[in-house]
Amino acid sequence: MPKLIKNGHVVDDSAEILVLDETQAPEALNLPEGAVFVPLAVWQAHKGVLSGRPGLGVWLDSHESVDDLATDLDSLQAIALNFPKFTDGRAYSGAALLRSRYGFKGEIRAIGDVLRDQFFFMQRCGFDAIQPKAGKYSDAQLADALASLQDFSSPYQAAIDQPEPLFRRAARAA
Amino acid sequence: MYRYDSYDQKIVDERVAQFRDQTRRYLAGELTEDEFRPLRLQNGLYIQRHAPMLRVAVPYGLLSSRQVRTLAHIARTHDKGYAHITTRQNFQFNWPELKVVPEILAELAQVEMHAIQTSGACIRNITSDPFAGVAGDEYIDPRPWCEVLRQWSTFHPEFAFLPRKFKMAVNGAHQDRAVIQCHDIGLELKRDAAGEIGFRVLVGGGLGRTPIIGEEITDFVPWQHIITYCEAILRVYNRYGRRDNLYKARIKILVKALGIAEFKRQVEEEWVFGKNGPNTLTEAEVARVAAHFTSPAYAQLPGDDAGYAEQRDANPAFAAWAKRNVLAHKVPGYAVVVLSLKDPKRAPGDITDAQLDLAADLADTYSFGEIRATHEQNLVLADVRQSDLFAVWEKARAAGLATPTFGLLNDMICCPGGDFCALANAKSIPIANAIQERFEDLDYLYDIGDLELNISGCMNSCGHHHVGHIGILGVDKNGSEWYQVSLGGSQGNNTSIGKVIGRSFAAAEMPDVISKVIDVYRAQRQEGERFIETVRRIGLDPFKIGVYGDAAIIERKQNA
Repeated sequence: MPKLIKNGHVVDDSAEILVLDETQAPEALNLPEGAVFVPLAVWQAHKGVLSGRPGLGVWLDSHESVDDLATDLDSLQAIALNFPKFTDGRAYSGAALLRSRYGFKGEIRAIGDVLRDQFFFMQRCGFDAIQPKAGKYSDAQLADALASLQDFSSPYQAAIDQPEPLFRRAARAA
Repeated sequence: MYRYDSYDQKIVDERVAQFRDQTRRYLAGELTEDEFRPLRLQNGLYIQRHAPMLRVAVPYGLLSSRQVRTLAHIARTHDKGYAHITTRQNFQFNWPELKVVPEILAELAQVEMHAIQTSGACIRNITSDPFAGVAGDEYIDPRPWCEVLRQWSTFHPEFAFLPRKFKMAVNGAHQDRAVIQCHDIGLELKRDAAGEIGFRVLVGGGLGRTPIIGEEITDFVPWQHIITYCEAILRVYNRYGRRDNLYKARIKILVKALGIAEFKRQVEEEWVFGKNGPNTLTEAEVARVAAHFTSPAYAQLPGDDAGYAEQRDANPAFAAWAKRNVLAHKVPGYAVVVLSLKDPKRAPGDITDAQLDLAADLADTYSFGEIRATHEQNLVLADVRQSDLFAVWEKARAAGLATPTFGLLNDMICCPGGDFCALANAKSIPIANAIQERFEDLDYLYDIGDLELNISGCMNSCGHHHVGHIGILGVDKNGSEWYQVSLGGSQGNNTSIGKVIGRSFAAAEMPDVISKVIDVYRAQRQEGERFIETVRRIGLDPFKIGVYGDAAIIERKQNA
């Protein structure tokens, strides 16, 4: 079974990320059973039907805006943000916005080109689920990669995982 | 200067451990070339023509003598005995082996140094006025604010993978000495009518392929809100900056595309959510950081040291150096000394391990143990007694650090160019040295007067050629190296982008071309007029005629 990192632990996960190819219109709904992340366009086309479906999540590509989900968040248990390339940093802002501005409490999952050397930043920006591509890491490598979540023990600036900056958290001697 | 506490130290120590593991995984084949590249770049490590190049951060240019000795040791042990000072006030080593870089970082961490974010698509080393704290025209010391911003920007999780690099500079004096108009964010410290400190914020300036002067996004942000304001700018940029084209990915392109009014609207709409949030600065934090930048224990001295005047009268060479390389200090009896790294026998901005050790000794003996690196690629001793200047000069001169040309044509800014840099289209160091040789006569140089000549080996503009009074840009034409000349650029309060005068030249022609430009200036200048003022007054045509002959103008008119 595919694995992901959830709240700092490696867990099994069977959710499917539904990707439409060019021939499939978002209106043609044919969902697999079980937990699934549908593209934003599918969600927007079928909100009425999909709302409240158990295990339903929506995934956004890096050019898509979390603002478009602002009014739907109560109907969603999970949102996945795609990193088409790990150097495309837009999803960091997306996750931070979902957590801070929109107060989203469900799962925010990093998908796509997700690499261990960015786990720390993802966690700081509010991703609680981190899913490297299938086959990217062996089980042993993924377990080993958990260490990257602890790269820095006391970061300077406020972020989602640590909403107070160091200068408010610690009494620092002059 | 700022000294690390246990938190700062832990962050750089953890960085060393992190990069050591990343390097190990790369060398073991667990990280691909593409995966490792941004990681090493965010640690200042480039793969260059000969070996990796390591860029070490010197936050806003400040160094202790101990740090300088460590840099000397690294130059001696892991390089070929020299280092290079960059236009972001950083230090570069050109020859370290990849596998020893973690060791170098560990050595740096022991003296509170690192290479964090000296490259990569993230917030880079923040630069400032090299004369901060000692300049007479300073109204607010920028250093505490630079340090506050350094800490905020270090490993900022949201802005580690921006569309492109992001450079910030802070100035707090009447004269802008930090090139704030040519930064992604330029911050000008100021006071409002009530005397409260804040910042005028410029955004979207930059050099590179598309030189643009920054525009004012707000004329005043109170100091408490500067971090949240910058975060709003960066968030808009991170979300909407172009990522499809490397050459259009800087924030300046976004600001131009939206227009400053619309960009400002988006930023301030974003700011509503962050303003007054936890990143709002506190008085306690600013006071804590500012306490690191108090004035040293200056002695009470007469404003004009009698011995200093006598030494100048008795020794013309010392007088020449004092005239050019010694600057006024806000405290009576003290002076600011520029240790020149523009010896024509060396690459501009290069410094040997022995020179670094000597500079550290001079700092300890004569300048409270501190040294600054300037974006013009020199070193500064900021707090020297006038009565010590002669001794400083003698020692600096013996070590080749007293070339008396600060602010003159030969004090050029110059990138490493094609001799070292894998990005360069053309060499820049030999051009610099050939021009320096042409203008080696000091009387002639002094007659020419204040002049900034900047050389870049490619469009990336590390040598700031766009803002040189004379700018030289290396270009590639069918695989050979050519040089384009521009005039009328300027940094500082009246920042302007130079204009290209015409077709480019072969390397061997360059000293003659610069001579012709200077001849036009000397023939046309009015009493007391500096080079840049003459260019502004008479325009480019007389220079074009001087360089290309009348044909240039006739051809242009025919094409018009």
